[in-house]
Amino acid sequence: MREKLIESWVFLAGILTIVILLGIIALLLREGLPAFSYTPPWEFFFGTKWYPVSEPPTFGITSFFVATLWVTLVATAISVPIGVACAAYLAEVAPAKVRETVKPIIEILAGIPSVVMGFIGLMLLSPLVQSAFDLNTGLCGLSAGIMLSLMSLPIIISVSEDALRAVPDDFREASYALGATKWETIRHVCIPGALSGITAAVMLGVGRAIGETMTVLMVAGGALAVPISPTNPMMPMTAAIASGIGNAVRGGLQYQALFAIGLILFVLTLAVNLIADRVLERQKRKFAR
Amino acid sequence: MKRPIKKLLMPLMVMLALALVLTACGGSPSTSIKIIGSNTVTPLSSVWAEEFMSQNPQVSISVSGPGSGVGIAALIDGTTDICQASRVIKQSEIDQAETNGVDPHEIQVASDGLSVVVHPSNPVSELTIAQLSAIYTDQITNWEEVGGNDAPIVALSRDTNSGTHVFFKEHVVQMLGLPTEEKSLEYGPSVLFLPSTQEGIDEVAQNPNAIFYPGLGYVTEEVKPVAIKRTASDPGVLPSAETVLDGTYPISRPLLYYTDGEPTGVIKSFIDYCLSSEGQEKVSDVGHVPLG
Repeated sequence: MREKLIESWVFLAGILTIVILLGIIALLLREGLPAFSYTPPWEFFFGTKWYPVSEPPTFGITSFFVATLWVTLVATAISVPIGVACAAYLAEVAPAKVRETVKPIIEILAGIPSVVMGFIGLMLLSPLVQSAFDLNTGLCGLSAGIMLSLMSLPIIISVSEDALRAVPDDFREASYALGATKWETIRHVCIPGALSGITAAVMLGVGRAIGETMTVLMVAGGALAVPISPTNPMMPMTAAIASGIGNAVRGGLQYQALFAIGLILFVLTLAVNLIADRVLERQKRKFAR
Repeated sequence: MKRPIKKLLMPLMVMLALALVLTACGGSPSTSIKIIGSNTVTPLSSVWAEEFMSQNPQVSISVSGPGSGVGIAALIDGTTDICQASRVIKQSEIDQAETNGVDPHEIQVASDGLSVVVHPSNPVSELTIAQLSAIYTDQITNWEEVGGNDAPIVALSRDTNSGTHVFFKEHVVQMLGLPTEEKSLEYGPSVLFLPSTQEGIDEVAQNPNAIFYPGLGYVTEEVKPVAIKRTASDPGVLPSAETVLDGTYPISRPLLYYTDGEPTGVIKSFIDYCLSSEGQEKVSDVGHVPLG
């Protein structure tokens, strides 16, 4: 009797998440797709003008899309080398005691609210970036990317570390037996062995960077020009939605256009997560025996 | 051990439910007013709300300031009692309200001047509306062109959630009411859109090349207000309560409350308080300009 009850409760909980996900997709499609009847998809994607409160409004999201790419690129370029190196250190080199202290600290980093990260970026990082690169303003894609890299580091470190630790010890012992040093073992055995797991970690980190809103809203600068360099002020897609949705009347043109951006973001992060999932699955199969 | 706990559980639940019902009835604030809208009006509304609540403890008032557009959208959707706005409602919004069965009723509660501020080290102390328009449409990009140092201009603006964004666009960027008025002008693509007025002030305070347009109430010691000339031949006027009231300061605007139809009941008494001489005294405390 009790078994049945728990079983059906777990089943319901499982179904519920699927229903909610489908609901979100349906809502995004219903609110977002009508935008394409006002602005043809071609103009929506490749238009560079975004004037939602003008008469008549113009919706073109190229600059938002490019801004998202820049910010994500900067975040990835910083967080991947540091994250993978840190994971390799924790998994292969660090004594157990160090690992047990460092790992929880990294996990605390993941728990810092994004608005706090935005505040730190605004107050500490942007003046630094401004003087270091001799820019007009420190509120730019680079500052936002650096803050985002701090936010995706914990994911990259902890998933890559798990992947590295899943590489069987036989591999390492075989490598040492052939006379390889510790570094050679890490470089040529452990990292290649865990490559699919590390790829998945990177993908998850990228997904986090694409979807992050508050930090980029506060730090990226929010200019509407198509950014040609990461040191330009820019407005990524998430920031565009957040800075416009409050003003949009439900069902209005701007509202629909913002939902269309949301739809594109959703497809983007979904794709990244699906790829990560696939790669992780392959990693599991590789060492399953 | 299990049975007694279950037996205890039922009465406990009943008591909890009773306690909940009782507190819901017995709590002192019985009526609540919701005010949503302009970031600029928020400090003023908050002061009024606190004062009014201390005089009428049975009323609770919540104030939030995401932007005038948000407030008007909330009024249209019927999710707020009062919309505080720093710009006049648009015809398209009135139409939308009417289709939703809402009748926006406008009450001016104060006036405000939009000051233009730069870093204290910036030698520029006067700008014409036309120069400001050129700065915010990317036609002037160096301070040298308006009599300053050879340094790039970093133009800061509020994002589209803000009534200040629309007010500045119409009155300064598009030069409303001037012979050079040009309705097709828009903010240039290199203007930075910021999510809050405070963020703009902070950036101007630390960036010698930045320019921003906060409401009068936001100007601090860390930034320098610029005198505004309506046209090149007019004298430069600094923003102050006097110059906004006598109409010599070119960038001023009404601060408004919108309600669904004529206000009644407790909302009416709150607005009456705001418009009373006691309420208007608070206006200058916050840095805005009281009515006449």
